[in-house]
Amino acid sequence: MAVLVDKNTRVMTQGFTGAQGTFHASQGIAYGSTYVGGTTPGKGGTMHPELNLPVFDTVAECVAKTQANASVIYVPAPFAADAILEAIDAELPLIICITEGIPVLDMVKVKRALGGSKSILVGPNCPGVITPEACKIGIMPGHIHKRGSVGVVSRSGTLTYEAVAQTTAAGLGQSTCVGIGGDPVKGMDFIDVLELFLKDDETKSIVMIGEIGGQSEILAAEYLKAENFGPGKPNKPVVGFIAGATAPPGRRMGHAGAVISGGKDTAAAKMEAMAAAGIHVADSPSALGSTMVKALKG
Amino acid sequence: MNIHEYQAKELLRRYGVAVLDGHVAWTADEAAAAAKQLPGPVYVVKSQIHAGGRGAGRFKEDPNGKGGVRVVKSIEDVKAAAEAMIGKTLVTKQTGEHGKVVSRVYVEDGCDIKRELYLGLLVDRATSRVTIMASTEGGMEIEEVAEHQPEKILKVAVDPASGISGFHCRKLAFGLGLQGKQVASFTKFVTALYGAFLELDCMIVEINPLVVTGAGEIVALDAKVSFDDSALFRHKDLEELRDDSEMDPKELDAVKNDLNYVALDGEIGCMVNGAGLAMATMDIIKLYGSSPANFLDVGGTANAARVTEAFRIITSDPNVKAILVNIFGGIAKCDMIAEGIVAASKNLSLKVPLVVRLEGTNVDLGKKILAESGLTITAADNLADAAQKVVAAVKHKYPAAETKGA
Repeated sequence: MAVLVDKNTRVMTQGFTGAQGTFHASQGIAYGSTYVGGTTPGKGGTMHPELNLPVFDTVAECVAKTQANASVIYVPAPFAADAILEAIDAELPLIICITEGIPVLDMVKVKRALGGSKSILVGPNCPGVITPEACKIGIMPGHIHKRGSVGVVSRSGTLTYEAVAQTTAAGLGQSTCVGIGGDPVKGMDFIDVLELFLKDDETKSIVMIGEIGGQSEILAAEYLKAENFGPGKPNKPVVGFIAGATAPPGRRMGHAGAVISGGKDTAAAKMEAMAAAGIHVADSPSALGSTMVKALKG
Repeated sequence: MNIHEYQAKELLRRYGVAVLDGHVAWTADEAAAAAKQLPGPVYVVKSQIHAGGRGAGRFKEDPNGKGGVRVVKSIEDVKAAAEAMIGKTLVTKQTGEHGKVVSRVYVEDGCDIKRELYLGLLVDRATSRVTIMASTEGGMEIEEVAEHQPEKILKVAVDPASGISGFHCRKLAFGLGLQGKQVASFTKFVTALYGAFLELDCMIVEINPLVVTGAGEIVALDAKVSFDDSALFRHKDLEELRDDSEMDPKELDAVKNDLNYVALDGEIGCMVNGAGLAMATMDIIKLYGSSPANFLDVGGTANAARVTEAFRIITSDPNVKAILVNIFGGIAKCDMIAEGIVAASKNLSLKVPLVVRLEGTNVDLGKKILAESGLTITAADNLADAAQKVVAAVKHKYPAAETKGA
């Protein structure tokens, strides 16, 4: 089954004719995903010069004409919140925003608009979502993935690739990989993705990769303790890692959300909460695959 | 981006937030002149640095003297206090032992303080809304209050669609024990502050302490304002408030070159793509017994020029004894990175050993470029291998990258 995206996903791109939109749509198509068109306001009615797919002025029109059911956004940061709002207005079930550097207060408005809407948002500032050998939406290198049983959810793009490469090398492969992004205000959080993984038959185990800042890994650990582990529960093995054990407090480490601001958002506090919940915490970012292999052996 | 207290107060005043009268001064004479424009008879001379704990802090040049905030009662004493601060290094709980040099002071009107409260605005991740926090424990560090007496922190989250409303302010005001005209004054203050927060795209605004005066007015005694860097594109005027001297010179250099760099105090320079992997690389270096000299996310659009700039900044740190390049190419292409490494090693005549781990997009091409470069580079197969090799490179003094051979 996998989660969020599969063979039936029809992908449109906002910021379609830009360099990023063009390159990553072509990569997605080459991977075998179904890309149906996209928007670049002012270029509606033309065909994408390289991809031979229709370009529309508005998201609503693109959805009406192409039956797109997911949109990926590469629109530059100053205009990206507007692009997400347009996709919500067009009632797209899945919106994936890759753009980095959207002002936080713009995302506060977007988050409000998502409430009660028909849309799920992944990101922003994320690598996207991939179900190996079915659908690739985003900027991840497709060739490192392998269809398999591990669900991967992560705040970091490149660390997701580590988890993927290591679980591929271990022969496990991935069901779906979801990059939730490094911003403080975002769409899906760990718990939202974990809920999908727990329900998904194809996902037999889970890797979750967090980082310093915020409380969402701690809430996710509590959620897994209550909903995953115990008699009558799915009991899917979970491997966790938190980046930033050596990061100094009060400094923003690249991601807008990666900053230690209180006592409880350190890597140590999060790893402790994860271990207490029954998650197998990898002590090194290079031990994600081996820790999972051990966890599966029980 | 952080700004000084005097700049924050000047900005907030424009939005109708109640602050005391005051003037910035770069010399002791300017401070005396500034004091003459104030009614007196009480003046406060405040060191302007980007760090808290100034009052309790001490100057390196006079460790047994008074702190970085002084209440004085004459123009002569204003001048003497400014003299004791300007050009001196103030060490506070937040500056670290190196302290920060005070280049200017703020001379402010005295104030009849009846109560000291705390007020803070920030975007709360849990609610994804602007949250207003208030506490009766003014003047204390709010993190400590949060840890030991969480019940003393009042919070309201503001719905961005309906905005701030009277009830938000009343809820906080009555919770703080304010009475009579204080409530109206507080409501006016908080409403104005919320407006400023939105208009200026702030990350954090902290008024600590917020003061209730003898006359029942609510006034900001201190003001800490931090802006959302991602939103600075729509506030070009705020960029002028950036104080370059407050930043580490290497970090300033990085900002100007659009690189994400944080200086640390270890010995292994790191160049990585992606913030999460960059942090994880620092962590694994520590795990193998050494320590990182920096955080550096070279980003997805890395090309030869950016890699060269990154190497230049990394090697400008004299503590760096070896460099680890860790790239997992997604958008970033390994061949582009490899070309950058070759160009940078030659242009900068790299004096330290270099360990490179390449993975992902165009990895084979990247490896080939490095192999044919004639540079002495230690190649690594994965993250653990890379970390072990770079730690060994420091311990066993591997040859520098510019050395011919291998």
